[in-house]
Amino acid sequence: MSKIATIIRREFLSRVKKKSFVAMTILGPVLMAAIVIVPVLVAQLSDSDYSVAIVDDSGLFAQDFRDRDNIYFTPLDTDIDNAIERMHDGRFDAVLHIPEVAFQAPSSLRLFSAKSVNFNAKLLIENILKLEFESMKLSSAGIDEEVLRSIESPVSIRAIRISNDGEQMTDYPEISMGLGFVGGFLIYIFIFLFGSQVLRGVLEEKTSRIVEIIVSSVKPFQLMMGKIFGVGLVGLTQFLIWIFLTLAIVGGFQAAAPEMFRFTPDEEVFITGGQVLNPEELQTQREAIQQHDTMAGELLAGLSAINIPVMVLSFIFYFLGGYLLYAALFAAIGSAVDNEADTQQFMLPVTIPLLLALIMTQMVVTNPGGTVALWLSMIPFTSPVIMMARIPFGVSYAELALSAALLVAGFMFTTWVAAKIYRTGILMYGKKVDYKELWKWMRHS
Amino acid sequence: MSTLLKADNITKTYRDHRALDQVSVHIPDQSIFGLLGPNGAGKTTLIRIINQIIGADQGTILFDNEPLRSKHVLRIGYLPEERGLYKKMEVGEQSIYLARLKGLKRQEARKLLTGWFEKFDLMPWWGKKVEELSKGMQQKVQFIITVLHKPRLLIFDEPFSGFDPINVNLLKEEILKLREEGSTIIFSTHNMDSVEELCDHIALINRSKLVLEGDVREVRKNHSTRLYEAELEQVHTPVEQMLDGRFQLVDIEKHLESMTVRIRITKEATPNELLQSLLTSGQLTSFRELTPTMNDIFIKQVTGEYPTGKMQKTDPFIQAGQQ
Repeated sequence: MSKIATIIRREFLSRVKKKSFVAMTILGPVLMAAIVIVPVLVAQLSDSDYSVAIVDDSGLFAQDFRDRDNIYFTPLDTDIDNAIERMHDGRFDAVLHIPEVAFQAPSSLRLFSAKSVNFNAKLLIENILKLEFESMKLSSAGIDEEVLRSIESPVSIRAIRISNDGEQMTDYPEISMGLGFVGGFLIYIFIFLFGSQVLRGVLEEKTSRIVEIIVSSVKPFQLMMGKIFGVGLVGLTQFLIWIFLTLAIVGGFQAAAPEMFRFTPDEEVFITGGQVLNPEELQTQREAIQQHDTMAGELLAGLSAINIPVMVLSFIFYFLGGYLLYAALFAAIGSAVDNEADTQQFMLPVTIPLLLALIMTQMVVTNPGGTVALWLSMIPFTSPVIMMARIPFGVSYAELALSAALLVAGFMFTTWVAAKIYRTGILMYGKKVDYKELWKWMRHS
Repeated sequence: MSTLLKADNITKTYRDHRALDQVSVHIPDQSIFGLLGPNGAGKTTLIRIINQIIGADQGTILFDNEPLRSKHVLRIGYLPEERGLYKKMEVGEQSIYLARLKGLKRQEARKLLTGWFEKFDLMPWWGKKVEELSKGMQQKVQFIITVLHKPRLLIFDEPFSGFDPINVNLLKEEILKLREEGSTIIFSTHNMDSVEELCDHIALINRSKLVLEGDVREVRKNHSTRLYEAELEQVHTPVEQMLDGRFQLVDIEKHLESMTVRIRITKEATPNELLQSLLTSGQLTSFRELTPTMNDIFIKQVTGEYPTGKMQKTDPFIQAGQQ
């Protein structure tokens, strides 16, 4: 046993000491944190002021434009040429020209700007005018705006899962889908990344011809398991460091600039037609804001409804189980060939189930309780990825236990098969190996 | 002399061919044992079985009078023919790792390694990666790793391949020293001349079968061709006239001042009698038996006759370097 420990130690340290490991371990969380932080930063940086002059020849709309966020509107009483001249003087960023016939011919509307147009400003203007035009048309058709608004009925169903003993739980499928997808994908990436490290490690020992020296001291099985465990430990270490560092970086930014992460619901653009809001309109606005709040609350509630300890524990279990299952196969491939180019023909059948699992994840997250999802989460070759996709939706402990037991049996089986191939393969040089040959190794050793 | 390793009736069959067929070798304690045979004869298979890298189909092996078990790997040192090291790993760290797999403690390994590294002038390379070392230096490191844990049994498979003649000598000296300190050594090689002078015992394997085993002098004696070579000067009576029916003149070479003759003596005569006859023929400057080399004996065993051409001892050092 102490020999396996010695091998694990070498496999672990020789990888952890590599510059590429250190770089990946540090860059990973920086990248992950960047995914969270950069959009926030970019959104804030691009928010420089943008002023739009309005030349309203129709005289109908100039007052409807309210400054919003960083976009400022200034009605001008000059003609359009003068306004453009002023824009070139640098007083405005853009000039909106509303011709007299704008209402009848909206395509005559023009937004002039010296530099390229601010997309948000264009959208905002379009939005305002659209609502304004609609409201005018409604009035001309004799439909009261109030009536129209009372017709608007936002619908949002609250999905509730009810267990046998009557316990109720709100379901948040959107959040579960996201988490399921991320979990399944991470497992896929990790198995691939570290499985192929095992393959390369075995191949290195074979091509450098050190393997015969080592197997005169330890059993081939010990060498294979030592490598698999050692590399697995590297994977686990990297994963835990990533999680820890990502949380630290995001947390650090949050502490340094908390306002960046505060949730600010978008204000709705309300048409007031330049009038003071009446009580009823105020009520509508309040409802809309409330609606926003519920959505934010739902996100938080959804996250808290996920059983985080079960998520984390099952991630670690399925990562290790799936990794052990595939790493043994990768080790067998590495032992069977003489160089990296020859690995291709054997890689395909090993990667296909893994790839299939990843592709099926999309289907599984839309129907996590379905037959396909159930079966794929039981078959050991796909269960690590698929189960991770199912867990955020809630999986019964009985199913989890069965799937886990099958996975353990699965990796014991692949290890047993791989050990037979490995034992013969590592001492075999210069022989073109095909599936028939592998089958014979398995049967005869 | 007691026997350190006793392998009896070892048979190993791979799917398509029999690698070893009822091979038995007994390796005396503290001997240097040559395991000889052409490529593909089954030497490496036998060595792998002794190292417990693969298992035999049939046969028994006793190591120090105990059935060979996995604990014995700690008392065996093996330098395989196909050998190498982790290229990206530091020399010292790697040596400690391999020593630990042979059961040495870290501190102990470091101490022993330092001694060996100093002896072989490798100390400056301790912290370097293996790929920065020359091939010769890598071979030295491999040799050190093989002998570091002071094994009872040392197995060298084609040990001198790739070594320059100077290092071959260095290694031979070290190997003899190890024998003095109590190790038993197995040399496996297809280049029989390269280890012939070192070996006390040999076993010849050909096509999976043991064809010859025993003490080197015994083997030589048993394979004596009774062929002698003499050099004469100032020959006054032709040699032919001096020889009676008990002697057979094989070859005669006349030089300007001298002549070389090769004569086979029959069972009825002795070398002394031949010498006496030659003395009457002229001035004798040299007289020696032309002993067959292991290579010659081997070829005789396999093909039934000695190789054509003159039998002469070749210089093993040059052979080793040429390989």
